[in-house]
Amino acid sequence: MTTLSRRKFIRLAGAAGASSVLASLGWGLSGCQKSAKKARVVIVGGGFGGATCAKYIRRWDPSIEVTLIERMTTFSTCPFSNAVIGGIRNLNDITHNYNALRQKYGVNVVHGNVIEVDPVKRRVAMEGGMAHDYDRLVISPGIDFRWDAIEGYDEATSATLPHAWKAGTQTQTLRDQLVSMEDGGTVIIVAPPNPFRCPPGPYERASLIAHYLKENKPKSKILILDAKEKFSKQPLFVQGWEKLYPGMIEWVGSNKGGEIVRVDAQAMTVYDKFDTAHKGNVINIIPPQKAASIAHTMGLVNNDGWAPVNQTTFESTQHKDIHIIGDASIAGKMPKSGFAANSQGKVCAAAVVSAINNKTMPPPSYVNTCYSLVSPDYGISVAAVYNIQNGTISTIEGAGGVSPADADDVFRKKEAEYAVGWYQSITSDIFS
Amino acid sequence: MQSYSHSHYLAITLITTVLLLGSTQAQATEITPASMLANSCAGCHGTDGHSPGAIPAIAGKSTEFIETALKDFRSGNKASTVMERHAKGYTDEEIKLLAEYFASQK
Ligand SMILES: Cc1cc2nc3c(=O)[nH]c(=O)nc-3n(C[C@H](O)[C@H](O)[C@H](O)COP(=O)(O)OP(=O)(O)OC[C@H]3O[C@@H](n4cnc5c(N)ncnc54)[C@H](O)[C@@H]3O)c2cc1C
Repeated sequence: MTTLSRRKFIRLAGAAGASSVLASLGWGLSGCQKSAKKARVVIVGGGFGGATCAKYIRRWDPSIEVTLIERMTTFSTCPFSNAVIGGIRNLNDITHNYNALRQKYGVNVVHGNVIEVDPVKRRVAMEGGMAHDYDRLVISPGIDFRWDAIEGYDEATSATLPHAWKAGTQTQTLRDQLVSMEDGGTVIIVAPPNPFRCPPGPYERASLIAHYLKENKPKSKILILDAKEKFSKQPLFVQGWEKLYPGMIEWVGSNKGGEIVRVDAQAMTVYDKFDTAHKGNVINIIPPQKAASIAHTMGLVNNDGWAPVNQTTFESTQHKDIHIIGDASIAGKMPKSGFAANSQGKVCAAAVVSAINNKTMPPPSYVNTCYSLVSPDYGISVAAVYNIQNGTISTIEGAGGVSPADADDVFRKKEAEYAVGWYQSITSDIFS
Repeated sequence: MQSYSHSHYLAITLITTVLLLGSTQAQATEITPASMLANSCAGCHGTDGHSPGAIPAIAGKSTEFIETALKDFRSGNKASTVMERHAKGYTDEEIKLLAEYFASQK
């Protein structure tokens, strides 16, 4: 029995509660010996990209051991979090667990915070001292905020002026503030510069807040202060706003003073670059973004703060055998969306499984569709199909595009129903 | 690691059991060009076309049905919301691969 390595024990007994047995034996988790399994893949981040990748690796090759490390024990999706803010869903409806990944797909799901990766020893270190060795590492850690970008706005301030750009407590805070607001109040949404997570997200949020206000506090207003001069699906959103919420939503682009540079949280006031003050009763600040901090710690990012990758395999251009998918990566023409991260998760799974088995991966194909609800019965979408052209993920010409401008109510209602259907399908593709 | 306590033996029994179970595990399935294409569809139509919600399930529909539908969406012969925009991204050959893939799903 002396040939039995600690690593084997940890892995094999994992499903049966290895950590408690191990703790009683006083075994640490580092210094492990070679695996009996074909290969060990560690995935950091159990969101849209990471959880998808874990499932699809195991579907293709159950002899590969997959460990998924996620900080949260349940995952609340950003998709449909605007519906929570607008009061047509609650937080429970958008919260998922890792039971199916564990039980149906045999993924070793570990909860905790990854603080460091040693690419030479191929070891992932977690807060609290645990470590996991890998043959290949995939990271899909999402985004973090540039807390230094807006004067007076930091992580502490976000408790009262929520960003709600990661779903969970922040989503609920913004919802509760809208419920407490008096009729006649002003809701300010500060929208970030490109690139950022979910390009149509701020405008869907304005729409669903307007839906709530129209029914409950009709004298209120929404002011969107934008660091950009145009935004995703703009003509479709504006058309919907004029039809459904006339006079309620005002959008100010960066050239008209939309770019916010300073926040006075006490005074509930934001200042644009011309020092004009805007006072709000509820202020939602969506700060400028960058790849999540672990990608920075690992040295995987470029000067812009995002991770360059080989766009066919998602392997980092900085480190061999480390793949980066989802919002944190630079993925050609694909937007930073959950749909894109899910699509990339599968291509990356194919790349990882092919590499481990010494096979050539067939040509990758990618898709994105972003639905937005302008109201619960009024949906719009933008879609694209992608392949690799000259080494970058490029749109296939002639395909894709936005919903037609002249569509009737039946069409918009159908797309609203499909938005809900999409949510059910994609979350089942990831979590069940 | 020299002397084993009672709990070590318990753990070892557990390992042996898991090892035996583990040895019956399935091997890798081939990653086909069709599955690379079809996985994109799962984002809306569910894993392997098993949609749980409002979007039509496509798993187990006949090859001919899916192939015709995709080509008709592409040409605009069949009205759609988003499928026309998607179908235009695929060649005849790719549409055939997709149709065969989803038709073969249970
Ligand atoms: C309001 C809003 C609405 C949206 N609506 C849509 C939509 O309708 N459709 C759509 O396609 N997309 C939508 N998105 C975008 C979508 O949420 C993201 O693009 C998607 O979540 C990206 O996936 P990811 O895997 O990169 O990151 P995530 O899904 O955020 O997953 C990252 C995970 O990594 C974990 N993590 C990070 N660092 C560590 C660490 N060091 N240790 C352990 N765990 C770590 C995090 O806890 C997190 O769970 C929306 C976003 C917002 C904000």
